[in-house]
Amino acid sequence: MRVALFLTCVNDTLYPGTGRAVVKLLTRLGVEVDFPMAQTCCGQAHYNTGYRHGAEPLARHYAEVFGGYEAIVTPSGSCAAMVRELYPRLGARAAAEGRGGELARVLAPVVPKTYELTEFLVDVLGVVDVGAYYPHRVTYHPTCHGLRSLGLGDRPRRLLEAVRGLELVELPGAEECCGFGGTFAVKNPDVSAAMGLDKVRNAESTGAERLCAADNSCLMHLGGTMSRLRTGIEPVHLAEILAGTAADTGGDIEEAGV
Amino acid sequence: MSGTFVGMPAFPAAAREAVGDATLRANLRHATHTIRDKRARAVAELDDWAALREAGRRIKDHTLRHLDTYLVQLEESVTAAGGTVHWAADADEANAIVTELVRATGEREVVKVKSMATQEIGLNEALEEAGIRAYETDLAELIVQLGKDRPSHILVPAIHRNRGEIGAIFRREMAGWGRPAPEGLTDSPAELAEAARLHLREKFLRAKVGISGANFMVAETGTLVVLESEGNGRMCLTLPETLISVVGIEKVVPTWRDLEVFLQTLPRSSTAERMNPYTSTWTGTTDGDGPKTFHLVLLDNGRTDTLADEVGRQALRCIRCSACLNVCPVYERAGGHAYGSVYPGPIGAILSPQLRGMGSEIDRSLPFASSLCGACYEVCPVAIDIPEVLVHLRERVAEGGEVVRNGARITVRPAKGHAAERAAMRAAAWAFRRPGVLRTGQRLASGTRRLHPRRLPGPGRAWSASRELPEVPRESFRDWWQRTQGGPAEGSTK
Amino acid sequence: MSSRERVLARVQRAVGERPESAAEAYVREVPRTYLVEHGARTTAETVDLLAENLADYRALVHRTDEEELPYLLMRLLAEAGPDTVLVPPGLPPEWLAAADPVRLHDRAVSTPQELDRVGAVVTGCALAVAETGTIVLDGSPDQGRRRITLIPDHHICVVRVPQQVVASVPQALSRLDPRRPLTWISGPSATSDIELDRVEGVHGPRTLQVILVE
Repeated sequence: MRVALFLTCVNDTLYPGTGRAVVKLLTRLGVEVDFPMAQTCCGQAHYNTGYRHGAEPLARHYAEVFGGYEAIVTPSGSCAAMVRELYPRLGARAAAEGRGGELARVLAPVVPKTYELTEFLVDVLGVVDVGAYYPHRVTYHPTCHGLRSLGLGDRPRRLLEAVRGLELVELPGAEECCGFGGTFAVKNPDVSAAMGLDKVRNAESTGAERLCAADNSCLMHLGGTMSRLRTGIEPVHLAEILAGTAADTGGDIEEAGV
Repeated sequence: MSGTFVGMPAFPAAAREAVGDATLRANLRHATHTIRDKRARAVAELDDWAALREAGRRIKDHTLRHLDTYLVQLEESVTAAGGTVHWAADADEANAIVTELVRATGEREVVKVKSMATQEIGLNEALEEAGIRAYETDLAELIVQLGKDRPSHILVPAIHRNRGEIGAIFRREMAGWGRPAPEGLTDSPAELAEAARLHLREKFLRAKVGISGANFMVAETGTLVVLESEGNGRMCLTLPETLISVVGIEKVVPTWRDLEVFLQTLPRSSTAERMNPYTSTWTGTTDGDGPKTFHLVLLDNGRTDTLADEVGRQALRCIRCSACLNVCPVYERAGGHAYGSVYPGPIGAILSPQLRGMGSEIDRSLPFASSLCGACYEVCPVAIDIPEVLVHLRERVAEGGEVVRNGARITVRPAKGHAAERAAMRAAAWAFRRPGVLRTGQRLASGTRRLHPRRLPGPGRAWSASRELPEVPRESFRDWWQRTQGGPAEGSTK
Repeated sequence: MSSRERVLARVQRAVGERPESAAEAYVREVPRTYLVEHGARTTAETVDLLAENLADYRALVHRTDEEELPYLLMRLLAEAGPDTVLVPPGLPPEWLAAADPVRLHDRAVSTPQELDRVGAVVTGCALAVAETGTIVLDGSPDQGRRRITLIPDHHICVVRVPQQVVASVPQALSRLDPRRPLTWISGPSATSDIELDRVEGVHGPRTLQVILVE
């Protein structure tokens, strides 16, 4: 199966390790991964900040770049939600503005075949145990768009539970927003920081070494808060956990007692 | 809206103050978390919740689409049942109508059931100017009134006060308004409730005029419905000789049967009960039982303007349950006052700017007072997609566009304060259509990574005051991909 | 232009053209896919659920039969200790045949102050809703004016089971007459206004006793 990786502009620029992890993971699972070099940004920041018309050309660009693939996989719940939930809305609003159905038609093909990583693994590939090894105490934060827009449900948790060596600990108040919210983080910095701080305190209370999520934008906010507070907890994208194997760490699966 | 909110600072500044107030934070956290879990349990009891929610949404949408028909039908039904219907296009008109009606009775005081509509129009202040004293009788409203405070929650306007603060207000202020607080009043909630009972009883028993809102109005029968808990509603609705109800036009539902949906969803969503202690319904006047005279004031005050916006109009479905406030992480930390309106929280952030227009700084800041986490939409019993409307209103602020104000269609210009952001967004959109430009930017950032400061000056401080900046990697993903996987040469994208 | 005309015109401009009438659209647009009743219960189980839910919201529930009812009422009134008990005009006289307190009949001229001096009130009801633990009064002669069940601090309400019991809110609404003033009562007066936690006992009767009579 040949799929396109839509890494997202944030990951491409700031978190290339997540992209390398997705490639490694999918390749290990027998998927042929392509990274269309023309890809840029889905337009989420524009749309959510009130620049819907500014998001339109980016959406068109996305449709043009990815339209030819069987499936498009992205390690970001919020960018996947942008395509799946909000691209149809972009088309509908354009029609409501008297611009006809052209935009909706252009965007329609990429909507159903854009998958968030954990959806792709569990629903399309049908795997839960991806053969990963990650000998750490981990707590998981389900990000809002993954949880409520995409309805990822227990997919990320099932994937994590199948990882050898990994001890998954429950995050109190897990379903509460971390306070990132895109431009919210800088437009309402005090509330954003207070939400982030509460999330970090909850993570600390679990005794976890790693705070895992399936979206690096939330992790950028939480990781930045954790390092400012010197909590010692490392942020880690779910893909990087799932990509890990015993060979990476020199660890021994048998010894890990799994 | 209420004059007390005039001159509110924009949301971020007001929220900053609240975030720093440890008592307020603790009060809000305690109260909202208490109700959150209870609501979830009450909702889980009904396995047809999704169907009830959908029916509620559809009834409201249908009614809004045919609002003129149902308002006229309601007027006929209420009139036929012995009531008198008045129409008010805005707050001033509604206040003038009510003031005149009270004056005509010759009374100088009225008792009030908690009502968002009368809060919205600032009725108490208008009556005060006319020399008429309005006594709030809902416990939380009483706390707000005695404390010369502002409401901070739709259901529990004094949610920002804990029992200790409430006890202090009662001991200090009750004597100035009537019966003083009992000797030795403690802060136990039961004693505080008893103090309110004693304080208000004499007012109920002598009241000649009652003022209420309504949760629902039934067009086919002319019936009004009030849900409450304490019994103050029953007192105000049945003991006075004259009852005046001020109700937003969006509160009408077509049929008696429609109540079967909302009487199931509203109590569970608001107080997390199977049913609230008291629900009163009345149709006009009844011989020998309750008020002899009944006036219904139908209030527009920005509702038809909101109705004209096909995305924003869903805010008019709201049944004022406050479930969205109780789950909102922003409300929990910013508190209700930061929203600068009698409608705080997520629903307030989409309702206030639409009802009032976006002429003020606070109203332009409200659509941005959300991380778009979606918890509000998830719990809303009439499925208002609050994030969708927030983003839509952000567009009005950032890009401008057509809106209806006071019935007239006008074009608003983009907000001034957003010019720099608009330029940055335009530049980003330009760059994102050109992968080569994106790559050049990435390489520039990587090349200078050692020089990046840990904390940013100017607007960047908004990020770095509380968080480290992410480190820029040595190499972007696309560079790595091209180097190692032999990806295709960078494609031209026209 | 009157405000009435102005508001109606604004509504019409806001919603635009509508191809069908409100009545036609209503039938099509409002789905009733929700349940008429939650769960399948026998009549006896529905009555049990009513008792359970009433008690859950702090109503005091008693079960008896026609014959024992006067003695139960006598005992409840004696325990509560009021000198006077208020009686709506159409209350079956045999219910209080054994009771000691002075019976006061509600009259149109009874002032709120007079009612405030009464210790307790005994009424029937229009119906009771099992799923929510609710009793509904509709002002019939055995229930009286709304104020008599509001001002006295102690309300004793007699429900005839099973005929006055419905399972659900939809069933209740279809049996009630909207032209009558209705009072739905679910437990004694309460408030959630202090820290969003429920406290019983504010303005309405602080004691609610419900007698289920078979």
